[in-house]
Amino acid sequence: MAATSTPLPTLKPDDFKTDQEVRWCPGCGDYSILAQMKKALASLGMPREKIAFVSGIGCSSRFPYYMNTYGFHTIHGRAPTFATGLRLANPDLQVWVVTGDGDGLSIGGNHLVHALRRNIDIKVLLFNNEIYGLTKGQYSPASRLGTSSKTSPGGSFETPVKPLSLALAAEATFVARTIDLDVQHMVTTFQKAAAHKGSAFVEIYQNCKIFNDGVFEYATDKSVKSDNLLYLEHGKPMIFGKDKNKGIRLNGVKPEVVEIGKDCQIDDLLTHDESNEDATLAYLLSRFAHDTDKDAVKPFPEPVGVYRNVRKPTYEELLDGRIGDAIAKKGKGKIEDLFKAEDVWTVS
Amino acid sequence: MSSEQGSLATPVAGINGSTNGHAHKHVRETVDAVTIRFAGDSGDGMQLAGTQFTNTSALAGNDIATFPDFPAEIRAPAGTLAGVSGFQVHFSASDIHTPGDDLDALIVMNPAALKTNLKDLRSGGILIVNTDNFGVSDLDKARYKISPLEDNSLNGYRVVRVPVAKLTRLSVADFKLSPKEADRCKNFFALGLVYWLYERSMDVTLKWIREKFAKNPQYVNANTAALKAGYNYGETVELLPVQYQVAKAKISPGTYRKITGNEAAVLGLAAAAQLANKTLVYGSYPITPASGILEGLAELRRYGVKTFQAEDEIAAIGVAIGASYGGAIGITGTSGPGVCLKSEAINLAVMTELPLVIVNVQRGGPSTGLPTKTEQSDLLQAMFGRNGDSPVAIIAPQSPVDCFDMAMEAIRIATQFMCPVFYLSDGYIANGSEPWKLPEVAKLPKIEIKNATEPNSAGWSGPGHENGDEESKGKGATFLPYKRDELLARPWAIPGTPGLEHRIGGIEKQDVTGNINYEPANHEHMTHTRAKKIENIALTIPDLEVTGDQDADLLVVGWGGTYGSITTAVERSRKRGLKVAQVHFRYLNPMPKNTEAVLKRFKKILVPELNSGQLNWLLRAKYLAPAEGLNKVQGKPFLVSEIEAAIEKMVK
Repeated sequence: MAATSTPLPTLKPDDFKTDQEVRWCPGCGDYSILAQMKKALASLGMPREKIAFVSGIGCSSRFPYYMNTYGFHTIHGRAPTFATGLRLANPDLQVWVVTGDGDGLSIGGNHLVHALRRNIDIKVLLFNNEIYGLTKGQYSPASRLGTSSKTSPGGSFETPVKPLSLALAAEATFVARTIDLDVQHMVTTFQKAAAHKGSAFVEIYQNCKIFNDGVFEYATDKSVKSDNLLYLEHGKPMIFGKDKNKGIRLNGVKPEVVEIGKDCQIDDLLTHDESNEDATLAYLLSRFAHDTDKDAVKPFPEPVGVYRNVRKPTYEELLDGRIGDAIAKKGKGKIEDLFKAEDVWTVS
Repeated sequence: MSSEQGSLATPVAGINGSTNGHAHKHVRETVDAVTIRFAGDSGDGMQLAGTQFTNTSALAGNDIATFPDFPAEIRAPAGTLAGVSGFQVHFSASDIHTPGDDLDALIVMNPAALKTNLKDLRSGGILIVNTDNFGVSDLDKARYKISPLEDNSLNGYRVVRVPVAKLTRLSVADFKLSPKEADRCKNFFALGLVYWLYERSMDVTLKWIREKFAKNPQYVNANTAALKAGYNYGETVELLPVQYQVAKAKISPGTYRKITGNEAAVLGLAAAAQLANKTLVYGSYPITPASGILEGLAELRRYGVKTFQAEDEIAAIGVAIGASYGGAIGITGTSGPGVCLKSEAINLAVMTELPLVIVNVQRGGPSTGLPTKTEQSDLLQAMFGRNGDSPVAIIAPQSPVDCFDMAMEAIRIATQFMCPVFYLSDGYIANGSEPWKLPEVAKLPKIEIKNATEPNSAGWSGPGHENGDEESKGKGATFLPYKRDELLARPWAIPGTPGLEHRIGGIEKQDVTGNINYEPANHEHMTHTRAKKIENIALTIPDLEVTGDQDADLLVVGWGGTYGSITTAVERSRKRGLKVAQVHFRYLNPMPKNTEAVLKRFKKILVPELNSGQLNWLLRAKYLAPAEGLNKVQGKPFLVSEIEAAIEKMVK
C-alpha cells in the first residue's frame, strides 16, 4: 500500500478524531481502545483514506463514528460480511472490523468463523465485556458460568464460548489477546495485527462499568495480574508470576504450571512460537481460563499477546490469482466476446 | 400453434413399428408449429435430450421456446412418480411466445412418466413409449394396476411402441460398455427417433457428443451409435406413416443464439458492469432456481467479475453491499426464502443509500414451497417485506431474452439512484429458453457512473457541522455524503479517495451531512425523501404501451414472466374477433408515469398472475382500478387457453 512515490503523511493520534461526540458510558473500556487505536494508526504512516472501520451493532460498534477514516456501521453480527465485500471491491484498503461478544460470537458467529477460515485480509477486534451492554445487561455467549444478569437470574448455566479457541478452530492466521487497561500492549498488538496479511483476530478484555464491572479485575489489578496472566513473547520461554518464577511445561499432551528451579529449569519450559504452522499448541493455550482454573493448586494463567501469526495466501490473493490465470489463458474479457456462445446461427 | 397438425383422420393406436409400418403410404407434412415433450426418470437424461432437440431446431431456423420441468429431488427413487423429469420444446415457423399448451408428441421412458404427462398430450397426439420399462414393478411404482399399454386407455393417441432399452443395448454392443453404461445411451436413441420424425439433422448433437466425451472415445462411439440407431430405426421401420417438417421462421436478420433467462441475466449483469467500467461482485448462496446465475458468473472471471459463494444468504448480501460501499457493483442473487433472510440487510442499503441489485428468481412459496416450480408470489414481499417505510425499486423481466435488458436496467437504476433494486425473475423464464439476437455493443444503453472525487461543500466542517450550523460554514471544504442531486440521489464516494472520509450506517441520518440524527422532523423528512427518490425513477423509465385494440373495453394487465402466455392469449382472442387491449409491467416500483391514465381508459381490467392477486392488489390500492384477477398457484405457468377463457368470459 505504501508503494507510491508521494510522501506519506505524518499523522498524529488526534488526526483520527471526528467531530462526533463520543457517547460511551463514563469509565467504559472502549475509551481506552479508541485512544490506543488512534496511536497505533498514527504510527503506521498510512493515509486516513486508506483505512476503513466496519462494525455491527452494540456499544463497540459505534467505534467507526469516532474514527476519521472511512467507516460503515452495519447490522447486527454481519460486519465481517460487509468487510469481506469491501475488500473484494477495494483490495488497497486496510479494513478493521469492530465487534463485541454478542455481535461477533452470538448473532454473527457464523460470519466470524467463515471470514477467518477464508483468510480475508481484515482485522477483527472483538471487544469482550462478557455481557450485552447496549440492550442493558443480559448475559452473552461469553459470560462466565454463573453470571447473574436480567435474563439469567440465579446465574447463567450455558457453557461460554472461548473466543480464541473458536478463532483458532476456524483456522485464523493471526490470533491475539490484549486488555483495555494495558495500553502499550494494546498499541503493540494493534500494530502487529495491522502488519499481518490475512485475517487477524484480536480479543480485547473490556470492562463494562455498568453491567459487568470488575469481571476482568484478575487481569487488570496490579496486585494480582502477574500471577494471572502469561505474556506471550515469540521465541521466549513461557514464564509468568510476580517473581517470574513460574512457567508452562508440556507433560505429554497436557500443559502444566511448574515452578522454575524447583520443578524444572527454564530450558524445560515451552517456548512460544507464534509462527508455528500447527495451531495445536496455540489452541492448548487458548484453553487456559482464570474462572475455571483459579481454585486449582497451580492455576493456569491466561495468555495475552500473539498466539498465532502465520502467513498464508489470503482469499483476495487467491481470487486475484484465478482471475489472472483466466486472463492469461484467454485474454482479458471483452464485451463483444461475452455474448458469443458455442452455437450461434445467422439469419440473413 | 400446432392444432392444425393432425392430418390423419383417425388416430392410429398401437402402431408397432416392427410390423405395421410399411403398410402405410409414407407422407411428408409441413406444419407451422410443434410442441413435444421428453419425459422420463430423473436419471434418464431427458433434460439433455430436450436441450439437444432445442439447439438443433434453433440452428435449423425455427423460433423456439422451452420449458424444463424437473423434480426438487436430484434422484428420487428410480421409476417413481416423484422422480419424473420433463423437457418441453415448442418449435415453430412463426413467432411464438410460450413453450406451448398441448403436446403434439410425448416421449415417455417409463410408466411414471406416462402417468404424469399424458394429460398434456392432445387428442390424437403421438405417444412414443419405451416398452422395456413396463414390467410389474415399474407399473407398481407408477401406481398402475394394469398396464396402460394393454387396457385400451391409450386409444385416443397414436401410440408408437419401441423397446428403447433393448434396441439401445444392441446398438452399442460393440463398445464394451457395462449394462449400466449402455442404458445411459437410451436418451440418444430416443432423440434419434424424434429427429427422424421431424426430419432434423443429427449434426449438432453428433458434434456435441464428440466434444463432450472427447476424453472417452468409447462413449463418443456408443452415444453416436445409439443416436444413429434411433434415427435409422425410425426410417427403416417407418415408425409412423408420416414425417413432419417445420419451416424456418421469419425472424429479423442477425446472429442468434439460444438463451435461458438465467443465462441472459448473467450476460446482462456482466455487460452492464463492463460498460460502467466497474468490478461486479456477486454474492450468493446456492438456491434453486437462482444458482445458475452464480455458476454462470463464476465463469466470467476474465471479464472482471468476482463471484463469492457465501456461508449463508445474509453473508451473500452483506458482501454485495460491502462491495458497493467499496465502489464495485454489488449484486446478490437468490430465491424467495433467501430474500426473507436478506430483509434486514436490504434495509441497510435503503438507509445508507448504496447501489444494490437483489436478483430474486421466484419459485413456489411460502417457506421452502416448491423449489423447482414457478410462481410470481414475491411481488408484495419485494414491495413491503421489511421494517419501517422502506421503498425500493422493483423491476421484472418478461421473457428469457428480456432478462438481459432488465439485468442491465437493474444496474442502471441502482447506480443512478443509489438504491436497492429488486429484479424479479421466475423459474419459468429463468430455465426456459428462446432465440436471442446478439446485441450490437455500440447500441447497448450507456451506464454512466460518476463517483465523488472532491469535497462537495465549501463550508460546513468542524464541530458545528454535525447540526449543519450556519456558523460552521466556510471553515474549509468538506464532503457531505447526503447532499443530493436533482433526482435526490446522494453522491457515491469510494473509500480510498482522499478528503472524502465519511461514516455511514443504519441509524437515521441527518439529510445533507449524513450524521446520526434522532430528531422527529428529520426522520419524517428523510422518510419522505427516500420515497420521493424512488418515485423519481419513473422519470427515467418508458411509459406503458397499450397493444391490441385501443378502443377495447377490456385491458389485460400482466407483469414479469407471464408475458408470453398473456400475449399469445390476447393475439388469439383478437383473431377470434374479440376486442382486447394489453399492457405488461416490467417496472413495478415505481410504476410508469402513465399507469393511472392507461387504467382509466378501460372499463374492465383482467390481471392474470401466478399468485393470489398481488399486482391486482397494488393496482386496486394505488389507483382504485376495477381490476379482476385470474390467479393460478399450481407451480406451473399459465396455459394460453386458460387466459383465453378468462378473456372471453370478461368480454361477453
